[in-house]
Amino acid sequence: MIAALQSLHLTELGYLTLLAATPLTLAALGGVLCERSGVVNIALEGIMLTGAFVGYAAALATHNLWLGVLAAMLAGMAIAALHAALSISLLVDQIVSGTVINILAVGITGVYYRTYIQEGTAVGPGILPTWHIPLLDRLPFLGQIFFQGQAITWAMLLLIVVVHVVLFHSVWGLRTRACGEHPLAADTVGINVYLVRYVNVIASGALAGLGGAYFSLQEIGNFLPNITGGRGFIALAAMIFGRWTPVGSFLASLLFAGADAVGARIQGFHNIPYQFLGMLPYVLTIVVVAGAMGRSIAPAAVGRPYKKQ
Amino acid sequence: MTWRRLFRPAAVALAAQPVLSIVCGFLVAGLAVLASGADPVQAFSALFQGAFTNPRAFTETIIATLPYIFLGLAVALGFKAGLFNIGAEGQFYLGAVFGVFIGYSVHGLPGIVHVALALLAGMLGGFLWAAIPGIIKARTGAHEVIITIMLNYVAFQLTDFLINNRGPLADKTSSAPRTPFIQHAAQLPILIPGTRLHAGLFLALIAIPVVWFLLSRTTVGFQIRTVGLNPTAARAAGISVGWTLVITMGISGALAGLAGADEVLGVSHFMPPAFSTGYGFDSIAVALLAKSNPWAILPAAFLFGAMRNGATFMQLQTQVSADLISIVQATVIIFIAAPAIIRWIFRLRHTPAAPVQLAKPDGAAPI
Repeated sequence: MIAALQSLHLTELGYLTLLAATPLTLAALGGVLCERSGVVNIALEGIMLTGAFVGYAAALATHNLWLGVLAAMLAGMAIAALHAALSISLLVDQIVSGTVINILAVGITGVYYRTYIQEGTAVGPGILPTWHIPLLDRLPFLGQIFFQGQAITWAMLLLIVVVHVVLFHSVWGLRTRACGEHPLAADTVGINVYLVRYVNVIASGALAGLGGAYFSLQEIGNFLPNITGGRGFIALAAMIFGRWTPVGSFLASLLFAGADAVGARIQGFHNIPYQFLGMLPYVLTIVVVAGAMGRSIAPAAVGRPYKKQ
Repeated sequence: MTWRRLFRPAAVALAAQPVLSIVCGFLVAGLAVLASGADPVQAFSALFQGAFTNPRAFTETIIATLPYIFLGLAVALGFKAGLFNIGAEGQFYLGAVFGVFIGYSVHGLPGIVHVALALLAGMLGGFLWAAIPGIIKARTGAHEVIITIMLNYVAFQLTDFLINNRGPLADKTSSAPRTPFIQHAAQLPILIPGTRLHAGLFLALIAIPVVWFLLSRTTVGFQIRTVGLNPTAARAAGISVGWTLVITMGISGALAGLAGADEVLGVSHFMPPAFSTGYGFDSIAVALLAKSNPWAILPAAFLFGAMRNGATFMQLQTQVSADLISIVQATVIIFIAAPAIIRWIFRLRHTPAAPVQLAKPDGAAPI
């Protein structure tokens, strides 16, 4: 095990970890916004899957990867809007609503995958270009991890800052947190709880949709059924472990992504059955969620629909 | 005659809502097919043909119904305690692993004993796998949704390890990755010669009243329902909420494990690495459609069995993917869980409330 680790290039491992952390962080950031406003979002998995598919299909149709990324975010927003309507307006249990979105995403992507992509003979749209930041990418170690990358990874790093500032240093963020902690009090002082929750849920759709585009447009340049493979749920765990904060979610995502990257790299070296390495991120999630639960404090009103008196 | 007159009696309205939800589910799915450029009439007639009218279609539909009965009961039982067991799929796998192991490794037992032993082993496998999230929730408050989903992935990997690549349970003499075939004595007998319909049918039909009895006539059932309705009150009344959560998850998992063992002993007689294709996940929809009522699981499971069996044929005959039934499922759950929509569309008056409210007043651990 140690020998296997030593034979890895740390720089490469760091780079792979940052890549694998990209969709996790984006979805977790969406989860932070959503849950801080008081709405549980186990639909992240389905939103990412939808984003991955629509992004790919749009890039294929328009021959433009950037339009694909945009379409992925819009699709994420659309399906998140359904989650918002069900859980905020129609008072459907938020976990049931999230499950509906996840099932629906499998159905929609499966049906249209078969008719539009599998049946067609189109050439894939390719993957997003890799950019280097001059000079900085020559820094030892860090340069190769942080300063050469693809658009969605950089967007993720930027969005951590944006979500942090919005959530903790803006009026909107204060209102969001108020709706998640005590919606009745927020309503009393004139905050439109429904509007705040709707906007945050839909924003989480844009973030998770972008995370989905990572799979199809940045990582492999293709779409496969169930390409997200439970990453949306791991992102949710990262959000919990990150104590419902953007920076914490990023660090937790790095942890899960690291487990993923190490698992993927060790495979070639040792005779550990690959299935156990495949289990690693999932087992780690269980351990972390079980361990973090006692110490992390969720928004007080998360999971409860608000009904104006 | 207006819809309102037609559905006036409360009892009719009670059944009307699920039926109308199913109708709306198919309408929405039909629109999705239309939008994909295929012919929905052609797709749904192939679905119907595959489910009912082809040779042997009906017995195959019943075979596909059986896992849904066990798994639907499993998820419904969890709902009664306010638990969302999304891990039925993984428990299904573990039940099959335990069942198939006893099925092929034990020799010389009379048929009925061997079958019973293998089925019990399957229940044990599901029980143990499901008890893990129960214990974690009782101990730390970690939400069962995340833990059960993660355990599904672990179960898939574990099964793959056991059966694939000359794993401990793999048949070393076979070129395909699978376990050895179970002993003849461990097979559930075929009911109608020339079909695959097996005696597991009786087991499923017995499971329904047993779960109903457990929930409505026993102390454990009372505790489960009380914890589901109000854990604070349950605790105040002296019920151990933690123990109830563990035992509920355990029984739920045992039912799911029974489904897995039943499938191995009755249908496949061995276990391949990719064993189920979403039976456990579909069962969430089965339980929601049945509103967690054990008796209503039977028609709900039959509908899903027919859809699954028909969808395979539909995918072969038309260019429409079998994933179409996921769209039907999702829309059915939407209409069931948001009765306001159906009430609004059909101008119904007596419409029962939403079937499950999992978020509890005293704040079970949020996710």
